[in-house]
Amino acid sequence: MIVRLALKSLANRWLTAFLTVLAIAFSVMLLLGVEKVRTGARASFADTISGTDLILGARSGGVNLLLYAVFRIGNATNNIRWSTVQEIASRPEVAWLVPISLGDSHLGFRIVGTTAGYFEHYRYRRDQGLAFAEGRPFADLFEAVVGADVAADLGYRVGDHVVVAHGLGATSFAMHNDKPFTIAGVLAKTGTPVDRSVHVSLEAITAIHVDWQGGARIPGLGLTPEQVRALDLTPKDVTAALIGLHSRLTAFRVQRAINEYAAEPLTAVLPGVALLELWSIVGTAESALAIVSALTVLTALLGMATMILATLNERRREMAILRSVGARPATIVGLLTAEAAALTAAGVAVGVAFLYLALLVTRPIVDARFGIYLPLAAPSPREGLAILGILAGGVAAGVIPALRAYRLSVADGMMVRT
Amino acid sequence: MADGALGRAATAAAPPAIELHAVRFHWRGRPSFALSVDTLRVEHGERVLLAGPSGSGKSTLLSLLCGVVAPDSGTIQVLGTDLAGLPGTRRDRFRGEHFGILFQMFNLLPYASVMDNVVLPLHFAPGRRRRAAERGGTAAEAARLLETLGINAGLARADAARLSVGQQQRVAAARALIGAPEIVVADEPTSALDRDSQQAFLDLLFAEAARVATTVVMVSHDASLAGRFDRVLRLADIARVERGH
Repeated sequence: MIVRLALKSLANRWLTAFLTVLAIAFSVMLLLGVEKVRTGARASFADTISGTDLILGARSGGVNLLLYAVFRIGNATNNIRWSTVQEIASRPEVAWLVPISLGDSHLGFRIVGTTAGYFEHYRYRRDQGLAFAEGRPFADLFEAVVGADVAADLGYRVGDHVVVAHGLGATSFAMHNDKPFTIAGVLAKTGTPVDRSVHVSLEAITAIHVDWQGGARIPGLGLTPEQVRALDLTPKDVTAALIGLHSRLTAFRVQRAINEYAAEPLTAVLPGVALLELWSIVGTAESALAIVSALTVLTALLGMATMILATLNERRREMAILRSVGARPATIVGLLTAEAAALTAAGVAVGVAFLYLALLVTRPIVDARFGIYLPLAAPSPREGLAILGILAGGVAAGVIPALRAYRLSVADGMMVRT
Repeated sequence: MADGALGRAATAAAPPAIELHAVRFHWRGRPSFALSVDTLRVEHGERVLLAGPSGSGKSTLLSLLCGVVAPDSGTIQVLGTDLAGLPGTRRDRFRGEHFGILFQMFNLLPYASVMDNVVLPLHFAPGRRRRAAERGGTAAEAARLLETLGINAGLARADAARLSVGQQQRVAAARALIGAPEIVVADEPTSALDRDSQQAFLDLLFAEAARVATTVVMVSHDASLAGRFDRVLRLADIARVERGH
């Protein structure tokens, strides 16, 4: 009965209660959303590369190399010579080496020049290999393999003919429209940047640039595909390479050898180490976001305490009535604390509902735009702990007006002095 | 008048309803105000009017009588129990069980229904709940009281805030009387009513109180009500208020 009356009392002040719940809900959504994006981003990044022992590239920072070679974020500062790549591939420790040539795009999707070994050795999410949803790896000079998102967005099927553009960007004035490629295969969805890549052979990259120089077509040098096939298409350089070793134990030795390579300035990174380095950079921003969202929750809870405090004066009568019929001061304290707890719980519930609704709506967009896969999973233990913390905070915030009410109801005695 | 005398005669042998002795009290945090009562005795079933202007310590005296606060010294015997010696929680339970209390106005929880307001004390007083239940169920007893006090049964489900002041006071009276507590304490319950309503209200309240020989202690500054009571006590004669600076 008392609980029912407390709810009626709250319903009587529904507008302030509603706004308070909304403020708490938004702050909870923000806090849990930041956490979801943080863990989602970390998982997406950590899951993108697996089974590769070293990443090879021109001399640059390890994080930069990881970002452009694996995540296709940013561009390489320099390429590495093909002869250098071949020399490193022939080292006895090296089990396999997959070269990667970047720099071109197809309707906004990156073109990745590589070898057939890419489909064999590239691993993601705890040693999962690439699978073909349709077709097979490229076998011919003018064949391409597209990722799942490319196929879905552009409606490509095996056997379709596509045009490859020079440079990056969705539209390019300089279209290599005389070199139609055939789709040989479509990869299954991986949740990594592979989904948004068009894969061709290294020779194909050379081929689409053979009659181009300095970003413009050389006039009069219009070669037919047949004439191109007759040329020597061995690449002169590539952007980066993924390396697998026979034994992980040799990783540091090979890395040192590459970093000290005399003929050309090179960098080799261990993907795990580069990721840790990336986290340490991103970690500061993450902490800042977490602190800001936690402060938002604190603000919302203080707002609730203020709201309850503000209603105390008009509710002194209510408390005097309850005291007169035999309610203990502890009952009054309990009522107000329960009110705070109920408001907080409602705020948390609405906030979690908002969060999952927002996730449901933005998930495909975030996945497509940033390659971050946000799982629609139940709250993690960490998030559960945060929710419990917020509830405890709500009860604690409720103690402030409750203690004031206690003081008032003791000081008023039974008759409210007005 | 006749039933009042009857009530007193019938219960003359019983212990007094209320007996204060050498009570001294001051509000915590307000050392400049102190109230002392040498002796006050109200017989069982008696109707007593405490007359006095505001500032004469009536609110404080009622708070002491009902056990909302405990005196610094002295004894407050209510129905044979010394409230001064009880811890706060026990006093609260005692008040809920043995007192029906009526304020000057704003007696009701405005968001709750009339029925919820009437049965509210039963939640805190198992004895009163049992007595109300024995009279045909708590809801039926509440409805009977409302009916007796002139509140239409159709209003029982309405929000208390929608009633007129006069109706609200009668609902409050029903709440004070439900489960037949031994003592009804009323703090100027009729001051918000016009003269005709005052008389009618007292008629109903006294008639119902007489049925179960309830003791009535009422505070008022309105001397015209004096004739309706067994005894009129001037607050100034029984309580001494000391004001510091």
